[in-house]
Amino acid sequence: MAKTVVLPREPLSLSERTYLPQIVTGLKTTFSNMFKEKVTLQYPEEKPIIPKNYRGVPTLVKDPNGREKCVSCQLCEFVCPPKAIRITPGAVSEDDNSRAHVEKAPKEFEINMLRCIYCGYCQEVCPEEAIFLQEEYSSSGYSREEMINKKDKLYELGGTLPDSHYKWDKKKSAEDDGNDH
Amino acid sequence: MLDFELLFLVGLKVLFALLMIGAVMTMAGYSVLAERKVSAWMQGRVGPNRTVLPFVEYIPFLGPYLKKMGIFQPLADGLKFLFKEEIIPGHVNKFYYNLAPIVALVPALTTMVVLPFGEFFTSDGESIPLMLADLEVGILFILAISSLGVYGIVLAGWSSNSKYPFLGSIRSSAQMISYELAMGLSLLPVFLWVSEPGTGAMGLSLVDIVHSQGNAPWLLLVQPLSALIFLIALFAETNRLPFDMPESETDLVGGFHTEYGGFKFGIFFVAEYAHIVVGSAIFTIIFLGGWHFLPWVADPWPSTWVGTLIGIGWFLAKTIFLIFFFIWIRWTLPRFRYDQVMNLGWTKLLPLALLNLIFYVLLVTWIDQPAS
Amino acid sequence: MNAVDLLFYFFATLAVGGGVLMVFSRHPVSAALFMIISLVSVAALFVLLEAFFLAILQVLVYAGAVMVLFLFIIMLLDVGPEGGKVSRLKLITGFAGCVSVGILIILLLQLFGTGIGDNSSWPSIEMSPYVNGESLLFSTSIKNFGYGLFTKYMLPLQVAGFLLLGAMVGVIVLSKKSLPTEER
Repeated sequence: MAKTVVLPREPLSLSERTYLPQIVTGLKTTFSNMFKEKVTLQYPEEKPIIPKNYRGVPTLVKDPNGREKCVSCQLCEFVCPPKAIRITPGAVSEDDNSRAHVEKAPKEFEINMLRCIYCGYCQEVCPEEAIFLQEEYSSSGYSREEMINKKDKLYELGGTLPDSHYKWDKKKSAEDDGNDH
Repeated sequence: MLDFELLFLVGLKVLFALLMIGAVMTMAGYSVLAERKVSAWMQGRVGPNRTVLPFVEYIPFLGPYLKKMGIFQPLADGLKFLFKEEIIPGHVNKFYYNLAPIVALVPALTTMVVLPFGEFFTSDGESIPLMLADLEVGILFILAISSLGVYGIVLAGWSSNSKYPFLGSIRSSAQMISYELAMGLSLLPVFLWVSEPGTGAMGLSLVDIVHSQGNAPWLLLVQPLSALIFLIALFAETNRLPFDMPESETDLVGGFHTEYGGFKFGIFFVAEYAHIVVGSAIFTIIFLGGWHFLPWVADPWPSTWVGTLIGIGWFLAKTIFLIFFFIWIRWTLPRFRYDQVMNLGWTKLLPLALLNLIFYVLLVTWIDQPAS
Repeated sequence: MNAVDLLFYFFATLAVGGGVLMVFSRHPVSAALFMIISLVSVAALFVLLEAFFLAILQVLVYAGAVMVLFLFIIMLLDVGPEGGKVSRLKLITGFAGCVSVGILIILLLQLFGTGIGDNSSWPSIEMSPYVNGESLLFSTSIKNFGYGLFTKYMLPLQVAGFLLLGAMVGVIVLSKKSLPTEER
């Protein structure tokens, strides 16, 4: 067992009891701090560096061929904890060749940014990798209506992300080769 | 009936007084800016750097620099105080509530009447001090008027009819009364020393004390202990940070001005900084040689109007350094506890000031004894 | 009537008015503030007489220190507009009133009876060795006060000092009455 040793405290010397040398030391510290580099970020002019995997505003993305990826499965709408997402499903017209084998596409896709809690579940659950929380973090508006991101706004924010799967293209080519499923 | 010469003289004095008020108020306003800037720099921030007048920004080089230094921030702050809604809480004593800021500001501005800030040379080389009123008992006048400043705080705390302002005002009055004593006692040896026969100066005049420091050591070097006690008491009297009992934010919300807002709060704020400006000027005059150059060095500037201007500038530079020192101390030291303040004032500073006084009385007597 | 006279009447009115209002105001804080006004006006009257030192002492001691303590106590005790208990000692009150009015009448008679311009009845102060043959009688300089206080009036000064010391000791004794019970 370690025994507690109580160290006797040295009585303060006269110069220590006046506190003046300590005050001078403190003054030196604050003075030298004046010339150090400032840590303030001048926000609107200087933007912070966004770390990787940052969860910003949820957006919809297109694949590199400029086609919309969302198939309106409504999984995100289902998983969204604050129920910020509302999807009105619509059908993809038969004669749209570029989107063959995709049956549905969202007619309307709304994310209410007043409700969104930036949890990222929608991105996690999306089977098509169509919804991403990207680097955009500042969304503002003058009215509640403005804060509801419509489909075109979501695509505008999302842009295009590289896609390594081309899932539907592969499915289509397999089917063309007579090898569906 | 109408004495035009007298009217002219009175008008001239009023004009000078207005100019001086303008100068001190401007310095008070910019002390607020300095406080914000210096505190920001000491904490690794940049401070106010956005406010700018529309056209100034487009001046090349200078414009952006002025903006960066926040030169126009005091203007914006003042306007903000002016245009804010004047809210008078329902539970206050309205008359005294409105009276208190005025009572706080008036002593702060009155003390500057006897402050000499430079000297003017007549054609035959005689020096005339630049001040509003050359009072023989200048330093006593300053002590007397600044002791009236406590009424503003006491009235504000009492009329607010609320516990935090009340506590703040009680602390403040106790603190001011305690430190006034040490302050007066710390000044006595200084005047004893200056009034020593042979140095020419007599009495309690602030001008004489400045003259005695020309081409001679500053009184700070002659009487460091007096200077230290005076400085500490000055911090206490101006309610600056190691002693800001009346408005210690952490335990009293806002202290005596908790119930105040808008322009009335602004007046309290300006009064506090005017106290700092005037206090710095007094310390400069008494201990730092006023407008004289360095200790033991005669003024290198000529005895003409050029010298007058340089002297005023030098005086201002010293004063501004002291204002900076006030701010510097504020952002370095933590606040005392109330009992510590009282303890320091009554059991440390007062005996020290008394000992200091006795020592210098003996010393001056010994020096003055007739050489037999 | 010149400017100085006007100022005199202004400050005299303020001093007397402040005194009267102090007596008649219901609220203790108002009374204290009226008293401060009165004291400061008297200081202003001293200034008009070019007695700067006296004026400053008036402000420094009475307005700056004594009245602050008064106000302090009034606020701490939180005396309402009704004031404290009305003194039951009517006899003493009446007696004190009579004596003060009597003194006032005697002083007024003395002042106007002997004539204001006649200075022969004023007490004289010895010549100061520092001033070359010049009388300090009506000098208002601090040196004059100092010389008078430390020569002719040395004894009264010391007596007054001891009186104040006694008062202070008395206050300490009275306020520390319950000390032994609190000690272990």
